Amino acid sequence: MPDLLIELFSEEIPARMQARARADLQKLITDGLVEAGLTYASAGASSTPRRLTLAVEGLSAESPTLREERKGPKADAPEKAIEGFLRSTGLTRDQLVEREDKKGTVLYATIERPGRPAPQIVAEVLERTIRNFPWPKSMRWGAGSLRWVRPLHSILCILTTEAGAEVVPLNVDGIASGDTTRGHRFMAPDAFAVTSFDDYAAKLRAAKVMLDPAERAEHIWNDATNRAFAQGLEVVEDKGLLEEVAGLVEWPVVLMGKIGEDFLGLPPEVLQTSMKEHQKFFSVRNPATGRIEGFVTVANRETADDGATILAGNLKVLAARLSDARFFWENDLRTVKSEGMEGMAAGLSDVTFHNKLGSQADRIARIAALAHEIAPIVGAAPDLATEAARVAKADLQSEMVGEFPELQGTMGGYYARAEGLPEAVAAACKAHYQPLGPSDDAPTEPVSVAVALADKLDTLTGFWAIDEKPTGSKDPFALRRAALGVIRLVLGNGVRLDFSEVLFRGIQQSPAQSFHERTDDGSLSPEERADKNHHAKAADLLAFFHDRLKVHLRDQGIRHDVIDACLAMPGNDDLTLLVKRAEALAATLATEDGANLIQGFKRANNILTQAEEKDGVEYSFGAEAKFAEGPEETALFAALDRADATIAPAMKAEDFPAAMAAMAALRAPIDAFFEAVQINTDNQVVRRNRLNLLSRIRTTCLQVADLTRLEG
Amino acid sequence: MADSVSQPKSFQEILMRLQAYWGARGCAVLQPYDMEVGAGTFHPGTTLRSLGSRPWAAAYVQPSRRPTDGRYGENPNRLQHYYQYQVLIKPSPPDLQALYLGSLEAIGIDMDLHDIRFVEDDWESPTLGAWGLGWEVWCDGMEVSQFTYFQQVGGHDCRPVSGELTYGLERLAMYVLGIDHVMDMPFNDPSSPTPLKYGDVFRQTEQEYSRWNFDQADTAMLLQHFVDAEAECERILSAPAEDAAGRRIVMAHPAYDQCIKASHLFNLLDARGVISVTERQAYIGRVRALAKKCADAFVTTEAGGAMDAAEEAGAGA
Repeated sequence: MPDLLIELFSEEIPARMQARARADLQKLITDGLVEAGLTYASAGASSTPRRLTLAVEGLSAESPTLREERKGPKADAPEKAIEGFLRSTGLTRDQLVEREDKKGTVLYATIERPGRPAPQIVAEVLERTIRNFPWPKSMRWGAGSLRWVRPLHSILCILTTEAGAEVVPLNVDGIASGDTTRGHRFMAPDAFAVTSFDDYAAKLRAAKVMLDPAERAEHIWNDATNRAFAQGLEVVEDKGLLEEVAGLVEWPVVLMGKIGEDFLGLPPEVLQTSMKEHQKFFSVRNPATGRIEGFVTVANRETADDGATILAGNLKVLAARLSDARFFWENDLRTVKSEGMEGMAAGLSDVTFHNKLGSQADRIARIAALAHEIAPIVGAAPDLATEAARVAKADLQSEMVGEFPELQGTMGGYYARAEGLPEAVAAACKAHYQPLGPSDDAPTEPVSVAVALADKLDTLTGFWAIDEKPTGSKDPFALRRAALGVIRLVLGNGVRLDFSEVLFRGIQQSPAQSFHERTDDGSLSPEERADKNHHAKAADLLAFFHDRLKVHLRDQGIRHDVIDACLAMPGNDDLTLLVKRAEALAATLATEDGANLIQGFKRANNILTQAEEKDGVEYSFGAEAKFAEGPEETALFAALDRADATIAPAMKAEDFPAAMAAMAALRAPIDAFFEAVQINTDNQVVRRNRLNLLSRIRTTCLQVADLTRLEG
Repeated sequence: MADSVSQPKSFQEILMRLQAYWGARGCAVLQPYDMEVGAGTFHPGTTLRSLGSRPWAAAYVQPSRRPTDGRYGENPNRLQHYYQYQVLIKPSPPDLQALYLGSLEAIGIDMDLHDIRFVEDDWESPTLGAWGLGWEVWCDGMEVSQFTYFQQVGGHDCRPVSGELTYGLERLAMYVLGIDHVMDMPFNDPSSPTPLKYGDVFRQTEQEYSRWNFDQADTAMLLQHFVDAEAECERILSAPAEDAAGRRIVMAHPAYDQCIKASHLFNLLDARGVISVTERQAYIGRVRALAKKCADAFVTTEAGGAMDAAEEAGAGA
């Protein structure tokens, strides 16, 4: 069983593309080999900035011979038909066999596909893989037409057996395969030959190349944390940066430095962002003070001066970068102190948010008005919410956010505090963008909640008004995330919002001008038509919220039919109420009584529905206890009375668990009733009374949720 | 390579070493283009010559103007007028990275002590309708060059592909010479009878141009010049290919001069703050349209490879 080693050696592959490229290389090659009839025991891919490597162990030496029998024309078919069959099979007439079947003598061909040696298959699969590699962006170079992520220089492709290594011959646009590669660009640039994967990895290590990206990352992280620890400091964890840096070096050498005193007054987020974005430095924090005081940079080589020159160079670049940052910081503080946050925000009237939805300033005005309205509902002071909304996006005009867009909101918080604005207003600058994703917390401070809701609702109603809804995988304005944000804000804070009203008015007040009415029969005034259109869009947006809510609750383990049962009830535009109901119902269904009660309910409902269909009447009221026969039936009347006495007031008080517990308590009397009593008796009075009694069960239970929508 | 070990003493020495290095490696050492441009790429020796099939190899220094970057000579790194060193080789040779690293050694960067890295940076020029893939080259964490394989210029696929190197000369020289403020950098040999620093040559002009760029430039006039340049470019290109004497002369270069003018006028207007965010895209689009038309015209000329393409077609027939 030979082992296969492939290395594609090129100019520097972007770090962000390497992980995906490793996976693609492994999949394309192994799939291709298997498709061609080879088997293998295991495969693994590695990469450095200059190479993509795949090792396949235990590859079969050749593909098996395949035989295929093909049915042809009848033996007495016209000459032409037989000739065609011979052509398509590549056989001669005497190689065909004749076999009798119902219709006569039929010709059969047995086509044999001989197995092929592994090198032949490997060469084909590798060439195809190189030519069709799914790089996110690829390029041509020189005078050739081959595409790769950057110029491809060499192809190493060998099969290793006990007898030794053999080059798999192939030639892709002038690049011939071989058994050689090169070490580190500067520390060991010479070419060398290899005979197996182990030999390859060992020789690379000797030539200052650490092949495995995970090993490089681990080496960097261990070395960085050890160095920081030795000085009583800690490295700020950043997995994305670690992966990127590991993809930029073949021979990682960790160097640590201190940030100049002049810059320690900058906000830690600024230091971190500047160092990460511009220089790919890790931040080093003093755990005692929480301040960022140093950095870790990763060089790609060892030097005679132990990195002193490299570190000095990096420090110099850092000083220049941080001087810029400090310049922005000081300018922004000056602006805020002289003109305030609202002064800083003034230029936003010239910044277009969306060409159909006006400027950022227009949008801020709408958000401020909505935040003012929402404030009392979430327990915030309306004036504070308005103020917070007005300044929350001011930092989009700051120099710092111009340089580092990812600091939006964070800088606003600093500048608002510098202006002396209330803490709730300052906090809302950052928090109103949250939650930014599933792992980000939703704000809980009332002013932040009000502005965060207003911000997201304005986005959603605005884009709904102009018919820019997400479709399939396309959601360029991140509207799904905005809707989920609203849901998490509302649920997390128990906010009671009349969504129908809020969405309708948001759409009505959006600056979008054009409305297309599909069913315009001319009977409506323009105002009525617009009104109808707005209501239709609001209903559509509410349905979008319901869909997102289902996804959200499903992730929390609540079944979709439970949600449907609650969505069918009035008040479904109050998401908090809806979820309370769904949670209570899910909890009830998880109890034995609850689950069985549903069965009892369904049985009652089925019998009743059938009887109503058959009799053509509705059994909806008038069940009387005096017609009850036997203790079980009497007991059910009493139980329903008790349940009704509890359920109605509990529902009114929105105490769903109490209402559902009362409903679940009906399980025993209902089961006992069905056990003991025959509904369809000959006595019509008793039968009618019992059907009316079933109707009471239905009515009582349906107060809680639409149980008919539950599955199972 | 004995000279590559010695440390250069001045800005101009670094420049001259680059000229000597690339000249010795077969590049035609061109002179700066005699017009105001934002980057060395605008020189027709790059933009136009990267088009078509004819081999090309050129190196030159190009004074570049970025009006919005003016800081009255006070910022240690930012200038509204600076120098780019530009190399363009078509087709890109397979050892271009090694050639490039050799140029760093030639200006005194010791590869054994420094950390050189090729960090992904895709290049795109919306005004030229051009893009390419490559890297920014880092030396000890500092960007010292842009390294790009041109894929498209003026909307045309580059076949063959040119390799382009762009060095920001001031920044690179400051690094090599160990200078913190650009104005303190020795321009000529500090031991010469008349030692001059970068500031002696450029501080005053940085102040003057910063004031003019930001406060004084006549925007109405600049707008008119933009419109004029645009119109002239179109007019030149719409002239018949044959002149009165029946000679076929496509005027790609004169038209491209007008495109360069329009581009620089746009930069000046931008620095004056009279172009809104929405208008910005429209202006860039207008310059790009000119660049594309110039590229379309150039590829019909001899230098643009039109004759070679015709010959090839003839030979094939």
